Amino acid sequence: MQYLVSVIDDKSNPGRTDRQPAISAFNERLIAEGHWVFAGGLADTTTATVVDNRGEQAVFSDGPFVESKEYLAGVWVWEAPDLDVALGLATEASRVCDRKIEVRPFL
Amino acid sequence: MSDVEKAITRVHQEEWARVVAALTRRFGDLDIAEEAAAEAFAAAVERWPGDGVPPNPGAWLTTTANRRAIDRIRRESKREDKHREARTVYDDDPPEPLGAIDDDRLRLIFTCCHPALATEARLALTLRMVGGLTVAEIARAFLVTEAAVGQRITRAKAKIKAARIPYRVPSAEDLPARVSGVLAVLYLVFNEGYLATGPDSGPLRHDLTAEAIRLTRLIRALLPDDGEVAGLLALMLLTEARRPARVSAGGELVALDEQDRGSWDAALIAEGHRLVRERLAAAAAGVAPGRYQILAAINAVHTSARDIRDTDWSQVLALYDQLVRLDPSPIVALNRAVAVAELDGPEVALAAVDRLEPRLAGYHPYHATRADLLRRLGRSQESRAAYTRAIELAGNTAETAYLTRRRDQLG
Repeated sequence: MQYLVSVIDDKSNPGRTDRQPAISAFNERLIAEGHWVFAGGLADTTTATVVDNRGEQAVFSDGPFVESKEYLAGVWVWEAPDLDVALGLATEASRVCDRKIEVRPFL
Repeated sequence: MSDVEKAITRVHQEEWARVVAALTRRFGDLDIAEEAAAEAFAAAVERWPGDGVPPNPGAWLTTTANRRAIDRIRRESKREDKHREARTVYDDDPPEPLGAIDDDRLRLIFTCCHPALATEARLALTLRMVGGLTVAEIARAFLVTEAAVGQRITRAKAKIKAARIPYRVPSAEDLPARVSGVLAVLYLVFNEGYLATGPDSGPLRHDLTAEAIRLTRLIRALLPDDGEVAGLLALMLLTEARRPARVSAGGELVALDEQDRGSWDAALIAEGHRLVRERLAAAAAGVAPGRYQILAAINAVHTSARDIRDTDWSQVLALYDQLVRLDPSPIVALNRAVAVAELDGPEVALAAVDRLEPRLAGYHPYHATRADLLRRLGRSQESRAAYTRAIELAGNTAETAYLTRRRDQLG
């Protein structure tokens, strides 16, 4: 079972910026324990571009699809046997990243 | 009620959770389990009056429900793939040994009270799956529409399936936190019954308090060594014991100091006291009591006094001091102040209560407690204002009646 694990930051109350060494160590553990599928940090939301080609012509627009105080700062994809295992890891991840974490199952 | 009807009611109470839990384990699907269990009980209602109650009603129901579940799975062949897929999710190992009883019902309870579900969903799901209440009964209990309850249950079941919330007794490491989540759900059910809210609701909802006690007894049977389970059961029993004295014939709440203690339920008190003594013995052996055990002990002190004047307030205060260390919430501090008033006088208590204003200004017991202390200090005008504020905020009809009378008695 795979879960999308989103790291959520808050513009008005951002998490600490010195977390990279701890996150790397945590990733090593995810790999060693067989949970790691993918991980990636994301550049600032202002660097996003939205593409809409549902109409006659593709429209490109600058910025994220939704402006909000809270935003997606990075994602993981984890392999876990059930939600309890995923939530246990997410509990640690939140501490390691100093940010909120959302766990959402893939279909 | 005929003997068969009585038997069906009793079997429903005793067997519903067991049937749902066994089917969930076998078919790996709460939806199938719930529907098949409901159909099996409907079949019993139809057939037992003519055929007689079978010698082993639980086995009859489980067999019937199993057949219904298999029928449904065959009917929906697409479902079968889902079923096989879902089955692998569920843990086939027996739960870790916890006391003497290994029971699928424990898995069911932990799944229904999973922390990934919203509180309303946990309440509705637990009452439906474990308690066997109908959607209509749950809707009546919480004064919401049947559609809303149905949707909560459907969504919760969908989340359990999609996110793979496991059907499992949590690991020893997670167990205390998870048990406390289960107890919180049961305490919410009990409190809603004990101080029902809403203008159209009766002041006491015996159906809810009884259901909460029944489910807590079940957890107690499944986790006999858990001190907080014993504590919550004792707390509920000692509270429920005072129910006959709690509302006057005129529909007004009767405060503890004015209750007819002779009408308290002696059997419930005896049972509650037994549980509290059991926990006191454990505490003496070095097991630190949790909040339900302390609250139960406070209620044991109150129910030990034949007259309000015999109440051992210093004991009550010592217990509140212990509770404050565990739970530094302003509500605990407010209740502690009531004991302080008895020992050190209303003036000292009022000073403590006033300090809670920033955090409890919207909580009606805060204003009711202040009103009473101000009344005892002869500050009638301020007391009247505090009663008025408490009346505005209180949701329970009997309590509003009580507060109104106390206000009107001020000279």
